[in-house]
Amino acid sequence: MTSTNWAYASNYLVYSAMIVYTLAMFAAALEVAMNVKGAKVLVTPSGEGAPSTDDAKSERWGRIAIALTSLAFVLHLVAVIARGISAHRVPWGNMYEFSTTGSVAVTGMFLLLLRRHSLRWLTLVVTFAVLMTLGTAITLLYRPSAPLVPALKSTWLVIHVSAAVISGGVFLLANAVAAAYLYMDRVESRGPRPAWALKIPSLEALDRLCYRLVAFVFPLWTFAVIAGAIWAESAWGRYWGWDPKETWAFITWVAYAAYLHARATAGWKGRRAAWLCLLAGSSFLFNYVYVNVWGTGKHTYSGL
Amino acid sequence: MSEISPVDLGGIGALRWFWRQLTSMKTALILLMLLAVASIPGSLLPQRSQNPIAVNEYVLNHAGAAKWLERLSLFNVYGSPWFSAIYILLFISLIGCVIPRMLIHIRALSARPPKTPQNLDRLTFPRSAESTTRPDEILDLAQSWFKKHHFRWERESDAVSAEKGYLRESGNVLFHLSLILFLVAMGIASAQGAKGEAIVVEGETFTNSATSYDNLSNGSKFDLRNLAPFTLKIDRFVPTYDLATGAPIDYKLFVTARDSGGAAKKELIQVNHPLSFGSTNIYLQANGYAPVVTVKDGAGNIVMDGPVVFLPQDANLTSTGAIKLPDAAPTQLGFVGTFLPTATMDKVRGGFSTFPDAVEPRLLLSAWTGDLGLDKGLPQSVYRLDTAKMKRIGLKQLSVGQSWTLPDGVGSITFRGWERWVNLQVVRDPGKEIALAGGVLAILGLLATLFVKRRRIWVRARLNEDGATVLSIAGLTRQEYEGFEAEMNDFWNALTAGGEDQ
Ligand code: HEM
Repeated sequence: MTSTNWAYASNYLVYSAMIVYTLAMFAAALEVAMNVKGAKVLVTPSGEGAPSTDDAKSERWGRIAIALTSLAFVLHLVAVIARGISAHRVPWGNMYEFSTTGSVAVTGMFLLLLRRHSLRWLTLVVTFAVLMTLGTAITLLYRPSAPLVPALKSTWLVIHVSAAVISGGVFLLANAVAAAYLYMDRVESRGPRPAWALKIPSLEALDRLCYRLVAFVFPLWTFAVIAGAIWAESAWGRYWGWDPKETWAFITWVAYAAYLHARATAGWKGRRAAWLCLLAGSSFLFNYVYVNVWGTGKHTYSGL
Repeated sequence: MSEISPVDLGGIGALRWFWRQLTSMKTALILLMLLAVASIPGSLLPQRSQNPIAVNEYVLNHAGAAKWLERLSLFNVYGSPWFSAIYILLFISLIGCVIPRMLIHIRALSARPPKTPQNLDRLTFPRSAESTTRPDEILDLAQSWFKKHHFRWERESDAVSAEKGYLRESGNVLFHLSLILFLVAMGIASAQGAKGEAIVVEGETFTNSATSYDNLSNGSKFDLRNLAPFTLKIDRFVPTYDLATGAPIDYKLFVTARDSGGAAKKELIQVNHPLSFGSTNIYLQANGYAPVVTVKDGAGNIVMDGPVVFLPQDANLTSTGAIKLPDAAPTQLGFVGTFLPTATMDKVRGGFSTFPDAVEPRLLLSAWTGDLGLDKGLPQSVYRLDTAKMKRIGLKQLSVGQSWTLPDGVGSITFRGWERWVNLQVVRDPGKEIALAGGVLAILGLLATLFVKRRRIWVRARLNEDGATVLSIAGLTRQEYEGFEAEMNDFWNALTAGGEDQ
């Protein structure tokens, strides 16, 4: 296949993945809906503790949602790889590619972490967020496949960006968990959990999950920042120059370090920790959106 | 904890109080957060160190605000007194809190596990059972399990106390020490470093001495006479462009390098591949065109013969510059020029370039006579003509080889061709290896501090009145340690040979 064919194939795969993500999102929504129905059956006076048929249905929709998400992930991943083949390089040279690669990292990390942590209740949020990202990417950020400018030709591009993209994926998941914590905290302060929220882990479990996710990627993010510094040294003659992108990477790093610290040594748990996690995640997002699109500085590779 | 305020104490007491506050972890973290917050304005406002042109523009457009921003060093955040103050306080605070922790940890490394508590029930995962195995044998089993799993253990009369995961604290100390290392590296860079830029045309030779630079800045402790001695002849600069879009694909700079030893060596410099002389690196920063012209004055004397550096204005390298001839007779001459590597003419836009490579090169000139204004001693940009006291005498477009005889017999100019120039950035940073070491150690330390779990396990076995062995175990950890229960189960199974659990 020629470069152009690969580029077309990549675009079609992105559309296909979006269709499957949409189906996965509906399946996940049905899972929640069945929960609500199932709970209603449960509270009927006749059968206390009676097995609810809808609970089994909910479980089935939940599994279907994960299966569809996995399929969408495969399509999405192949789309990203095809884009790389068409441009003869790693597929992260402009903002369209950062978005498609970044969102595949979110799904990938989600599916990976799902094997060890109880994260299935997040399917709805993850598929929605990935769909929004892909939608923005194809409508606002799309650029034809093209070779890299000389400054991006470096092995460090591969190392630095892949570490950053994976970290970003997990940061966003941690943000979703922290947001869920804060929301459930409010819900619970008004009374017992409503039916739709029964599958969401307890507040304590959410708090711990958020910490685990951050503790897991913090060293990787540290590595991503250091790899960026090494690359900057070879490309621009200084490893640190307080370029806006670098500055916000540093701010993100400090904010997550503060989160870990607050939790490990100051004994902050729950609400305050969740807010700190959200703050750190926002600085990561800010760096991605604001600095790429409106910022000045040396990291202007958005291609916009 | 007793909180003592400084007013109760004498001078030394107050100092000690201040030191203790400064070196508390809370202060270090607050300082760190403050450093992060303080770095925000520098990412939102243009900075002199990065983009002086944008700063000037900002000052022009927002004169009122700019005055205040200037006073607060907000155009130079990362070199400002308040930014440095936070940074230095953080540095002291870190040293003050990490060194004592390190000493404590070094002592702890050789310490024995703590004595087994009397009451194991109140700890984590307590478990007990009666067994027919003799207490000694059980404790032997425990001991070999601890040995196998690399615990540090201490046998007591009726118990074994064990501990594991010291590496966590080692990693933690290492991580915090590496942060100090990082700050040291940045300090060295700012005191001992130097950074300069020079535009060099193909065929010319750059000598690394202070006078060769277009601009040069050096750290307060670095003597410019100690610049690494080398020369660099620019042999050829070869850019490659995408034919469809004109986007650059590759830049190759071929040079002949000569160090103090004098041996010449052919080298290749690329964007991500600088050339090194010790702790000095040479980077390829920018490039452009220098049209080659010969200018004769009214008397027929050659007053200029060679390349003139023009600055690129757009992605297709439309380049502008000035040619100044103060020695021309009978009147001083000046030209404002535009060099178009691939020229296209348009009624509306005039001449512009459609491709960055020199496919169809043209030189557009406007000629001026009068006073160039160079005698006033004021610095003038070499790329611009000050036409305040000059008169324009004509406009002309030249292709390579063409000459233009100026009106009124004031002289002539020949466009002979073009050379390429490169902007070399020469950076001396003797601290960067330290910074790299700091980075590597920081990651290793982090991995240990986040993934190694420190825990204690105790086992006690004694005979009760009936002559049966009562066996109990318990653990303790202060960390999030998911696998602890499984580990305790494993330990229990080892003691009870797979389950006399009752
Ligand atoms: C006054 C100085 C500091 C002291 C006394 C201190 C102390 C500590 C302690 C006791 C821990 C917990 C170790 C454990 O859980 O076993 C820790 C962890 C950590 N510290 Fe610091 N720290 C200081 C400054 C800093 C600074 C400036 C940073 C900068 C980023 C930092 C980043 C971290 C990180 C990322 C962790 C890991 C958190 C975790 O275990 O989850 N610390 N530190």
